[in-house]
Amino acid sequence: MSQHHTHTADEHGHEEHASMTKGKIWQVFFILLAITVIEFIIALWAIPGGHMSQSVGNYVYIFLTLLKAFYIVAYFMHLKYEKLGLQLSLTVTFVFIIYFIVLMLIEGGYLHLHMPKV
Amino acid sequence: MDSLSKLDQVKTTPWAGGREPWSVEYGKIMMWFFLLSDAFTFSSLLVYYGAQRFSKFTWPDPDLVFQSIPGFADHGYPLVFVGIMTFILIMSSVTMVLAVEAGHRRAKKEVIGWMIATIIGGFMFLGCQAIEWTHLHHEGFWWGANPASKVAGEGQSAINAALQPFFDGEVSFVSAQQFANLFFTITGFHGFHVFSGVVINIIILCMVINGTFERRGSYLMVEKVGLYWHFVDLVWVFVFTFFYLV
Repeated sequence: MSQHHTHTADEHGHEEHASMTKGKIWQVFFILLAITVIEFIIALWAIPGGHMSQSVGNYVYIFLTLLKAFYIVAYFMHLKYEKLGLQLSLTVTFVFIIYFIVLMLIEGGYLHLHMPKV
Repeated sequence: MDSLSKLDQVKTTPWAGGREPWSVEYGKIMMWFFLLSDAFTFSSLLVYYGAQRFSKFTWPDPDLVFQSIPGFADHGYPLVFVGIMTFILIMSSVTMVLAVEAGHRRAKKEVIGWMIATIIGGFMFLGCQAIEWTHLHHEGFWWGANPASKVAGEGQSAINAALQPFFDGEVSFVSAQQFANLFFTITGFHGFHVFSGVVINIIILCMVINGTFERRGSYLMVEKVGLYWHFVDLVWVFVFTFFYLV
């Protein structure tokens, strides 16, 4: 991680405090690849083989998906190196989106219990 | 007097005025705002998908629906093809960051090389998606159609027989139809984003080749199109989980 702090050329008078080096880019790529491979192992081996139940698997999938999203947004989209204000205004909004999705899943579950079977 | 002279002191905190608190270039902020609004659109589709799926007592099993590797095997290989597609998209995201990194060093030739690699990755993904759509269409899935549509008038047992290969357990005509509608709408909307991303990438590539950014003194535009491209990758991560895995 020591190669982390390379200074880049000023752009329109803005200074970039840190940037992605080639090593870091490939490191993030292998993390993303490893997470995807784990998801495949769960989908093709753990759940069909009875080593993990579908509902536990679903929570693991969602956790791994959010982890992948973090790596893409933080490193590839460079958000980790931006100012706190920008980070907060974006992530808080995303948190509300996820909250809304959860709410609507609960609503769907209610419909499941109360609608006629079609 | 003391309290008044304090007012004249120059404040240096980020939010004290006279400076940009986020110190991000205007176009980049606007790209972030656009991506946020785009995230609302995608999440509205995913919200509808999730609510529908939770409200149904059964749903097509992705391991059974997505079984083919076009040109290699018709069935028996669950999720392998979509795995290849995911790999292509993550890979093209990496080449995009590498283009941005080369842009920081103002290495024009490297930017061109990585941009071309990204564009090829985008086209490969679109090609895979076209093949996948064709395959599902041949099986009978489409907007407003599912494998049991043609036998819908022949009674419940004909419907069950047509749909049984795609379900693990109980069968539902409505669920199969909702699955088809939502699959083509959501992956179609995502594919449209990939397509626009490829077009924008090609435009930026032409500008790089023409030396526009060399004259401008910065490759900031490559970063902005990169943000868009990563967002497309980000959306795919969610589509992949919620359509193919869960």
